[in-house]
Amino acid sequence: MDFFKIIDDLSKVDADVLGRFDSRRAVFGSLGNIAKRSALAATPLFLGALFQKAYAGTTSTPVEVLQYALTLELFEQDFYAKVKASSQYAGASAADKAAIDQIKGHEDAHVALLRTAITGLGGTPVASAPFKSAVFAGLTTFAAQLGIAQLLEDTGVRAYKGRAGELLGTDLLTVALQIHSVEARHASKIRYMRGQKPWVNPGDDLAAHPVYTSGVTGPTSTTSPFGYGIPAYTAASPVESNTTQSNVPITTGLGATYTAADAAASFDEYLQAAEVLDASRAGGLVGA
Amino acid sequence: MSDNLQPRSADEASFAQPLYTPIKRRSFFMYAGATAGATALVLAGCSKDSDSTPVNNGISLGSGDVGVLNYAYALEQLEAAFYAQVKASTNTGLSAAETAYFSEVAAHEAIHRDFFKAAINRDAPGKILQNLTPNFSNIDFTKRLKSGTDTKLGILDAAKAFEDLGVAAYNGAGKLIKTAAYLVIAGQIVSVEARHAAYVRELITPNTFSSSDQVDASGLDKAMSPMDVIAIAQSFVTEKLDASTVGK
Repeated sequence: MDFFKIIDDLSKVDADVLGRFDSRRAVFGSLGNIAKRSALAATPLFLGALFQKAYAGTTSTPVEVLQYALTLELFEQDFYAKVKASSQYAGASAADKAAIDQIKGHEDAHVALLRTAITGLGGTPVASAPFKSAVFAGLTTFAAQLGIAQLLEDTGVRAYKGRAGELLGTDLLTVALQIHSVEARHASKIRYMRGQKPWVNPGDDLAAHPVYTSGVTGPTSTTSPFGYGIPAYTAASPVESNTTQSNVPITTGLGATYTAADAAASFDEYLQAAEVLDASRAGGLVGA
Repeated sequence: MSDNLQPRSADEASFAQPLYTPIKRRSFFMYAGATAGATALVLAGCSKDSDSTPVNNGISLGSGDVGVLNYAYALEQLEAAFYAQVKASTNTGLSAAETAYFSEVAAHEAIHRDFFKAAINRDAPGKILQNLTPNFSNIDFTKRLKSGTDTKLGILDAAKAFEDLGVAAYNGAGKLIKTAAYLVIAGQIVSVEARHAAYVRELITPNTFSSSDQVDASGLDKAMSPMDVIAIAQSFVTEKLDASTVGK
């Protein structure tokens, strides 16, 4: 636990971090005094309390971003655990089983990594985010399971993108990106197994699913169902068939002419936390 | 320009280890055939290339966010040129399905290249990296995959190398970006590169889409610094590039 590294990282995310501590001079002062007498400053629990005070009332903290990531990883982990315990998986080819095993292994590793990081920052990791058993029971074929796997992986790819900006300039961002591209590799493989193109495109058999569109179907909150805070939902995020990036129309604005399908496939889109947790997407599949 | 056309070492090890030695280069020339070897030596003899002039660090990619954008632009130029050449090649050994997919990948990479060009010219007029001259002399565009005795990379070998390198490059560059909007764009592109990488890996060896040579025990993909990435990419670019100030 490198306290000053955390402060440094936080200062990159939040330029006011030192001001937050400074305005709570009593807290910061006591930290200095205690640190002189003991190693308490290096105690995760104490740091957690300090950060909670410093950040009370703000939209998000790095810990909350990590909690959100952990929620998604737990959700995927539970889904693949259910797949591996199913008769459909038992009947799949050795190669397909190996693919699922490889993916499940990464989700396990991500869960472990994020738990450690959250604990290290003084947070209490989200305990569980199960895939609904009743929904899973309806996936009567291995192909149906893979269809959901594609939706989950492509959701993960969009979800990590949606929070990256909150980790701007930090080492936590690098870790998030390193997880993000693994999710994209998983998505590519699952799509390939399903006979779909490895990249999101308007010709996908699931292209109309809300995972590839945007917006919410119900009221939103800045507190997630898992207890931690999430950024306030603003307007709908771009949809995956989007062909304009950074105000540049990709099909016509680049000198050469590109098809709408190629323009859409060249850029994956982000989703905000409220959209991912919406009942039309992951939020509708998580539960007992 | 001709004085820059030094063929690069073509063995695969040199790709993984860009700091190839003169001995390695010489051993390549020994089995690369008399004509190629002689041509290379002639060109090397009249070279004014900066390789041997430590004072010249090459073309700077720039600093700050513009540096990161130019860095991405350089890599996308390289990828786009590679896939354009794959697309233009006949007798590649690729299946019809692979050819069709690679045609789409070619479009994706051309879009990335053209997008960066447009964005840099708009946001940082006059600071864009020049058009690079690719050097694909160690790629055999008539080979789907390198076989035991081949000295050059096959199409899939090169595609895998470019895509995995691209993923590691974006992952490593993310934290250098200071403007959130650019980070979002980089994130939107890197996952497409990762999809490409996984697809190409599957074509080479099934179930290597995220295997342990690329994804570590913590489930993390590679992340590389601009200097490390350019050191590898350099063997495919004629102009010498300097990434030392990217993001700074």
